[in-house]
Amino acid sequence: MATLEIRDLHVSVDTENGTKEILKGVDLTVKQGETHAIMGPNGSGKSTLAYSLAGHPKYTITSGTVTLDGEDVLEMSVDERARAGVFLAMQYPVEVPGVSVSNFLRTSATAIRGEAPKLRTWVKEVKSAMEQLQMDPAFAERNVNEGFSGGEKKRHEILQLELLKPKIAILDETDSGLDVDALRQVSEGINRVRENGEVGTLLVTHYTRILRYIKPDYVHVFSAGRIVESGGAELADKLESEGYASYTKGGASE
Amino acid sequence: MAEAQNIPVGSTTAGSIAVAAESTVATRMSAPPSFDVGDFPVPHGREEEWRFTPLERLRGLHDGTAVATGDGVKVVVEAPEGVLVETVGRDDARLGRAGTPADRVAAQAYSSFDKASVVTVPKDTVLTEPIRIAVHGEGGVAYGHQVVELGAFAEAVVVIDHTGDALLAANVDYLLGDGAKLTVVSVQDWDDKAVHVAQHNALIGRDATFKSFVVTFGGDLVRLHPRVAYAGTGGEAELFGLYFTDKGQHQEHRLLVDHNTPHCKSNAVYKGALQGDDAHAVWIGDVLIQAAAEGTDTYEMNRNLVLTDGARVDSVPNLEIETGEIAGAGHASATGRFDDEQLFYLMSRGIPASEARRLVVRGFFAELVQQIGLPDVEERLLAKIETELEASV
Repeated sequence: MATLEIRDLHVSVDTENGTKEILKGVDLTVKQGETHAIMGPNGSGKSTLAYSLAGHPKYTITSGTVTLDGEDVLEMSVDERARAGVFLAMQYPVEVPGVSVSNFLRTSATAIRGEAPKLRTWVKEVKSAMEQLQMDPAFAERNVNEGFSGGEKKRHEILQLELLKPKIAILDETDSGLDVDALRQVSEGINRVRENGEVGTLLVTHYTRILRYIKPDYVHVFSAGRIVESGGAELADKLESEGYASYTKGGASE
Repeated sequence: MAEAQNIPVGSTTAGSIAVAAESTVATRMSAPPSFDVGDFPVPHGREEEWRFTPLERLRGLHDGTAVATGDGVKVVVEAPEGVLVETVGRDDARLGRAGTPADRVAAQAYSSFDKASVVTVPKDTVLTEPIRIAVHGEGGVAYGHQVVELGAFAEAVVVIDHTGDALLAANVDYLLGDGAKLTVVSVQDWDDKAVHVAQHNALIGRDATFKSFVVTFGGDLVRLHPRVAYAGTGGEAELFGLYFTDKGQHQEHRLLVDHNTPHCKSNAVYKGALQGDDAHAVWIGDVLIQAAAEGTDTYEMNRNLVLTDGARVDSVPNLEIETGEIAGAGHASATGRFDDEQLFYLMSRGIPASEARRLVVRGFFAELVQQIGLPDVEERLLAKIETELEASV
């Protein structure tokens, strides 16, 4: 069973005013089939955790370990992590000029699966995944993220999640900027992937809204670069009514 | 209509649409067009038409000090049956009819060549195989003149392939009879040290169609000046260009479409990728719609993809309109960069860095490459792009 283990993770970034530590000792274990919600105020470091796990070059790991089934994730390059089964749905995915969605998806699936998917089944697979996410087929011929609306970008991220079938899915603020209908469709996409029981999900969010559609097994409150409280789904209800005020006093990283 | 976005540091993307009684395209030049090199002052680098070009790297083409040597270039013309291939002297009446040298180096070439090559596709002849003109540099200095003439309703594809090493200045004339269809693919696949400066003149007959692909990979300095004018109404020009500018290379493409005749069309799309320190691409797109050219429909676009730091692009579209009675006119220029965030995004989907770069560059050029319609040329270009990319990583 796939297990992601994060132990005492410290991460810093270079800023104009020198090096700044953002993550200050994160411990977390995510197992296949589980869904963990990471919640916290802006600037608490939850997106840094997401990008550090994917290997974004902006972040420097200063200490701690991350392993996936015992393999050292931190030693892997960004593409190796993806091929090992780590997927990050980004909050602000970038435009890639000159590369069509269909070409991108196929290249990516080929890299992740280790061989080019058979054309006929692949076309069907993409088509049905796009239909379920209410995406126009013409979308496949557009350049990756070029001129996409906020909702289209998120659908495109979840489309990749469905097609790439990772072991660990990290969803960074996938709910932000979505209207209710889009949030529901995107959440249904995430649930389809979760329901097959083969993915461990790390749902990073500021709001509790998405948790109405995606029921987490665990909720962790993130503040000042650490997990300060962990609990079950009921912890989200507490955050819904009380907000983050009790966690941020004197502890915010900003 | 003008757009400019994501401009990397050290690049300029300027554009203008001028509505003028007198042509600024003409007055920006140091001297009016002439066949006589003596009519052009030796450029110093501040002139509008020379300001982007490193003159010292022209190795004397611009100041009369580059003297032709016997071992300049070897030209081999391979033509299907029905095509007339001739080598002619300087006094042949067909030379210089498509256009007049517009700058000092073109005039130098016209004043200095010894023999010219004339390829003629007679009236009503429709070729099914391309004409191939191989221009191979043998290491010396050369001045050249090439004419390709299509009679009325003739159809032909011409591939001009430049390889080897040379210091070459040349004029190439394309004469299209009424209703003729000419596709030209000019490939600049020079060795690293070659210097190539050329003016291409197309004179498009009534209802004739001229399609040109200018593909520049090699050379130390390549400066091409494709020019189009119309001899009758209903002419169409499609000008496509593709360049891959590497470390230290200077590749300059300066287009002029002179809409001097009513109801003609032009469409220019040039795309370039750059990588490495001091890779410098220049694109000038001058489109002039003269007062008489009512019903003109024109569009020009330049796109650049900067793959690494240290490269520079200058992209200057100019559209000059002397009549309001046109069907359409537009231009666009944009220079974007393949940056770390794009690389991260593709890699985070399992795609290795080298393949990510290849994916982006192939995608960027694909729409142009696919239009060439010659499988061997298309494959060679794609292979060339791969080689260029591998050299970068």
